[in-house]
Amino acid sequence: MIQAIETKDSYVALCESAIDARRTAAEPAWLRSIRRGAAERFRALGFPTTRDDEWRYTNVSRIADTPFEIATHNDSSLAFERIERFALTDVTACRLTFVNGRFDAGLSKLDGLPDGVTVCNLAAAMDTHAPLLESHLAQHADCDGQAFVALNTALFEDGAFVHVPKGVVVETPIHVLFATTPQSPAAMTSPRMLIVTEANSRVTIVESYVGLDTGACFTNAVTEIVAGEDSAIDHYKLERENDEAYHIATFQVDHQRGSDVASHCISLGGILVRNDINAFLDGEGCECLLNGLYLADGTQHIDNHLRVDHAKPHCNSREFFKGILAGKGRGIFSGKIMVRKDAQQTDAKQSNKSLLLSPDALVESKPQLEILADDVKCTHGATIGQVNEEQMFYLRTRGLSEDAARTLLVYAFAREIIAGVRIPALRTLLDELVLAKLPQGGSLDVSE
Amino acid sequence: MLEIRNLHASVDGHEVLKGINLTVNAGEVHSIMGPNGSGKSTLALVIAGRDTFEVTEGEILFEGKDLLALEPNERACEGIFLAFQYPVEIPGVSSSQFLKSAMNAIRKHRGEDELDAYDFLAIVKEKAKLVNIDDRLLSRAVNEGFSGGEKKRNEIFQMAVLEPKLAILDETDSGLDIDALKVVANGVNRLRGPERAIIVITHYQRMLNHIVPDFVHVLSDGKIVKSGGKELALHLEEEGYSWLKEAPAAHTSAAT
Ligand SMILES: Nc1ncnc2c1ncn2[C@@H]1O[C@H](COP(=O)(O)OP(=O)(O)OP(=O)(O)O)[C@@H](O)[C@H]1O
Ligand SMILES: [Mg+2]
Repeated sequence: MIQAIETKDSYVALCESAIDARRTAAEPAWLRSIRRGAAERFRALGFPTTRDDEWRYTNVSRIADTPFEIATHNDSSLAFERIERFALTDVTACRLTFVNGRFDAGLSKLDGLPDGVTVCNLAAAMDTHAPLLESHLAQHADCDGQAFVALNTALFEDGAFVHVPKGVVVETPIHVLFATTPQSPAAMTSPRMLIVTEANSRVTIVESYVGLDTGACFTNAVTEIVAGEDSAIDHYKLERENDEAYHIATFQVDHQRGSDVASHCISLGGILVRNDINAFLDGEGCECLLNGLYLADGTQHIDNHLRVDHAKPHCNSREFFKGILAGKGRGIFSGKIMVRKDAQQTDAKQSNKSLLLSPDALVESKPQLEILADDVKCTHGATIGQVNEEQMFYLRTRGLSEDAARTLLVYAFAREIIAGVRIPALRTLLDELVLAKLPQGGSLDVSE
Repeated sequence: MLEIRNLHASVDGHEVLKGINLTVNAGEVHSIMGPNGSGKSTLALVIAGRDTFEVTEGEILFEGKDLLALEPNERACEGIFLAFQYPVEIPGVSSSQFLKSAMNAIRKHRGEDELDAYDFLAIVKEKAKLVNIDDRLLSRAVNEGFSGGEKKRNEIFQMAVLEPKLAILDETDSGLDIDALKVVANGVNRLRGPERAIIVITHYQRMLNHIVPDFVHVLSDGKIVKSGGKELALHLEEEGYSWLKEAPAAHTSAAT
């Protein structure tokens, strides 16, 4: 324990100085007090250790022991060419870009939105949407027991804000791009996002994290979604950090009655990745779909930690997570389904499938059900396997080399999740990214 | 074209093939018949390169080459094709992507250019028509959710597309309705030619009414115990295999 307290000291100091700095930046009093509270929480909690049940398989001491500094910024905008290949220009029309945690207006593009829809950085929203921010920002992702949420809340400098008013349908996806350029000494960023949809609205959001160069860095992100009554949200998180990056991200979605949220979490980069994905179904008749795909090779460690909390009756939740583990890659999945006493007629499904491509790859899969209602349908299943030899043989008798056959089968495994992506151009991109990570993947032609 | 000499193969220490001798020349159609469990599929799989069977003795030559030294895909590229008795389902792999990969692998081996999308589609369309397979099946994953007959038809479709030198059909007729049987037989007959050979594994004469064999062999307990012309199949249809039990030794000398 002493160890934990010592190693977090530099972070506590960061929180203190950040809060001091914001005082002069005239942050509203309510936010200052939230930050104070968060800093206190973080000081009390410290970084989780593997003795903590929720972190048993993911050791974050490498983060705790590195005295990351707050990323600094260049006043001038990056050249667009630097981010062009990550900008998803053929997928999305509207884009908010953050470089090292700071909003870059020059790299953003905010036109073409329907009337009344707001997409801007949080700092700007403080002026235009103060009451909305006050009632939602840092009100959904809980600092209690979540040290990284507390740390982000104390430290975040800026972030993305999306607000879709009642009944409005936003057709083209909105892209929020968080780009990192590693610095020396190593630096951290605290990306933050708040998405609020009002009743009967509909929106698609792509949230991507990219590393522009190699070098150690630490991203600690928090995204909060408030899904209004009968609203529909399609959310994609695409993690493409550099291969030395630590990436910790918490996703919190609070469902109101009848809301329908599909969130897809794709993890490809980073040396240590942890996704905390929390859904709170706090209204009747909600639909919650959580899809995930993760590819770990080399010594990558990717941990997906899900918690679906059914608080009201007649809600459906679906979790489909698939992992491909090669080299010495590690894939962790833990999924908790909670069904509270009132949540009758809950229908919850969870599945985690892992494909092991090397003898040194490792998988942990931990389902957890906590059911207090009596009229519910809950199923979970986990499979861990290798490429099917009979399928391999079949493909090879048709002329495909061993590598080509394996690549085709591994790609097919991933394809199930990619097929669930509703943006065609994003599917194509994911095909490319997944294949690029597979040995021999480049030679496979998968054009639809 | 194919020469099998004293082939012994085991699985999990259990000997399934116990000294097979078989010669198939270009232009010929051979039929292999025999009771359940006698080793027909095993023989087909060993020729195709399934490594769960261990070849403990003997050799297989294909156009003079040592077939057992080749990987399954190399055998395919040399021109061997097996229509499986139980084709496997491959969810997530689209039929067209699979076919394109297969065709291009084989073309590359032959030193031919890869097909462009247009030529590929043209070939697929032509062959699909030939074996009367529904185009829509090809937009699905390989064999996924196909009916038994559809799977068999898909095997023959692939054969038609890949144009092998030696095609081995393992009970392709079982599970086919009468019309499909004719279509499949027609597909096979279209492939017949002086430079190709076909091995038809079947339990039924009705398949051989359409694909008339030059030779018929009876496989029993891992050995070819009798060989003859097409009339042997008719004889088996009437007599069954009870004679095997009565005097198996008397027939072994008939093996080619
Ligand atoms: N993996 C295996 N393990 C043990 N025995 C096996 C295995 N595979 C095949 N066999 C045995 O080998 C023998 C031959 O099987 P094979 O499938 O070749 O028969 P077959 O002649 O094709 O029969 P059928 O007419 O029913 O298709 C059978 O007794 C079978 O049980
Ligand atoms: Mg058989």
